[in-house]
Amino acid sequence: MATGNDLRLIDRVWPVVAVVLAIIVFWYLAAVYLNTPFQRDTYERAKVENVSFVTHVKDTLAQKRPVLPAPHQVVSEIYDTTVKKKITSKRSLIFHSWITLSTALLGFVMGTLLGIVLAISIINNRALDKSLMPWIIASQTIPILAIAPMIIVVLNSIGIQGLLPKAFISTYLSFFPVAVGMVKGLRSPETSHTDLMRTYNASSWQTLWKLRMPSAMPFLFTSMKVAIAIAMVGAIVGELPTGAVAGLGARLLAGSYYGQTIQIWSALVMASILAAALVAIVSLVNRLVLRRMGMLA
Amino acid sequence: MSRLQTILIVFAALCAGSTMFLGLTAEGYGISTVPLLQAFTGAVLLLAAICYGWSYLFMFNRLVAGALVGGVSLFGAYGLIQTVGEVAPGPGFWAATLAAWALGWLCVEILASIETRNNVLNFLLRLLIPVAFGAWLLIIWELCTRGFNVPQVLLPSPSAIGDRFTQSTATLWVDFKQTFLKAVLIGYALGCGSGFLVALLIDRSPFLKRGLLPIGNLVSALPIVGVAPIMVMWFGFDWPSKAAVVVIMTFFPMLVNTVSGLAASTAIQGDLMKTYAAGYWQMLFKMRLPEALPFIFNALKINSTLALIGAIVAEFFGTPIIGMGFRISTEVGRMNVDMVWAEIAVAAIAGSLFYGLITLLERLCTFWHPSYRN
Repeated sequence: MATGNDLRLIDRVWPVVAVVLAIIVFWYLAAVYLNTPFQRDTYERAKVENVSFVTHVKDTLAQKRPVLPAPHQVVSEIYDTTVKKKITSKRSLIFHSWITLSTALLGFVMGTLLGIVLAISIINNRALDKSLMPWIIASQTIPILAIAPMIIVVLNSIGIQGLLPKAFISTYLSFFPVAVGMVKGLRSPETSHTDLMRTYNASSWQTLWKLRMPSAMPFLFTSMKVAIAIAMVGAIVGELPTGAVAGLGARLLAGSYYGQTIQIWSALVMASILAAALVAIVSLVNRLVLRRMGMLA
Repeated sequence: MSRLQTILIVFAALCAGSTMFLGLTAEGYGISTVPLLQAFTGAVLLLAAICYGWSYLFMFNRLVAGALVGGVSLFGAYGLIQTVGEVAPGPGFWAATLAAWALGWLCVEILASIETRNNVLNFLLRLLIPVAFGAWLLIIWELCTRGFNVPQVLLPSPSAIGDRFTQSTATLWVDFKQTFLKAVLIGYALGCGSGFLVALLIDRSPFLKRGLLPIGNLVSALPIVGVAPIMVMWFGFDWPSKAAVVVIMTFFPMLVNTVSGLAASTAIQGDLMKTYAAGYWQMLFKMRLPEALPFIFNALKINSTLALIGAIVAEFFGTPIIGMGFRISTEVGRMNVDMVWAEIAVAAIAGSLFYGLITLLERLCTFWHPSYRN
């Protein structure tokens, strides 16, 4: 069977393009179908009769507050709110994206560091391994996103404001994959390698830096990809309770209050683009680092 | 005794000893006013003396040593919790807390160093060590919130949360029914089920597989929870809109994992099945699905936490007046933080049980897998 790497680029890209096109076509059909009831209502109220099919379809795709906005409406909304608005304007999507992005990145960095520190202490101490590891797993069964509002309100009242409370939520979400992945990665060196280190009389720090850390790198990057995506989710949900002030989450909430579906979808698409870009950047750094270390064929 | 264990016992003894000279309360009353803590201090010093004099006790039977240390630690915690309600704590009180905490750590250290071939004992230890750790977390939380007089609004003590939990079980149950039994479970079953079925379908077409997998991987990384407001607009305020969010959140992880699981069986295994003249369905049910089970269970586990998050967050965007997410957001507004924490406790317990149940199922279904055979 042909694996992904044996295929030519065109053979890999073409199916994806086909599926994306199919999704877009399906989206248009769904938009027409879902927006039809409201459009009929509008025609009835305007006493317009005998609308041709083409005008009907055109109108369903050009409603101001559609049930499902058509892709081109979302794209033009994104274009309007990014290119045509000043970055400092509160209506600029770039302004809101930057707030969400900076929160997510801050939380991601803190979460990754926390995860690495936890993993290192776990592999160095048997008691911590046995006592802490089950709680790290249990920590994720607490729906932190659900208590995000409270955390932000509470941190606000003790004077921690701005990015930090939202970033804490991203941290809480993103430390988990890193901790679990790094514990696996730091334990991945073979026994013969650790034995060799012992014959060199290496201290546990030296073993960590010269053997365990390098062999944990692939694991670190795989977990970081999960972590950065989840940090983005944390940042967005963290913005919900701040009273829809700024950020993509605030745009979502404001859009849902005022029935601005196009605004919701454009915020959603923007968030998706950012998340995909962040994951792509981590993948790129992954390839560069592994190549530099000679671990990539 | 290892170096860390020695450090811990010496630290505990120093802390316990210092309580005799430091004021126990903020007003400067000494330790002699509280017999419980006096007894605890004595016990710590005695324990340290035993360790110093007969360190072979620890070599001889770690289980006894662990039980002894853990018992004294818990006794100290009991005394401290009894005391903190009555007096304003001073430096001596916190020194005693440190001593009890160090003993708790020492207990975990000793228990973790036990190596035994007795299965029952092993199982009990695997359970006991995290429980001891968690118990100390709660004790410290209780002592700090009450000792430092942290306002209820910021962080209620575990005992206050427990009180609220037992008082309002009726409300909690109604919310649980609405959010967990309806939205989460139905959405989870639909999302995982449809993800699985679609994976089986696209598995037959390499073209679709190559087209959908990268997109599925991408969508798994997207902040899907953001569709919550849209679903609330489409499906109304009641639980179906929450179930819809859960379906979308759980669909893609299941799809991606099942597809890669179905590709997990090796060519040799496939050839063997072919020599048996196995058809597509026989190969699917007897070889490929069992090989895919670890992947499928991985998705089920990931989805179990995602489902709870999705349902609760979707309730922020509009809901009837029941539900865990609704309760959390309204009680935050009314400053009833203990009620919020009670809901969180419900969510955490339900989430852990859900996860545990899936892990148990996984063990039963994939007992043959290398990761469980040993």
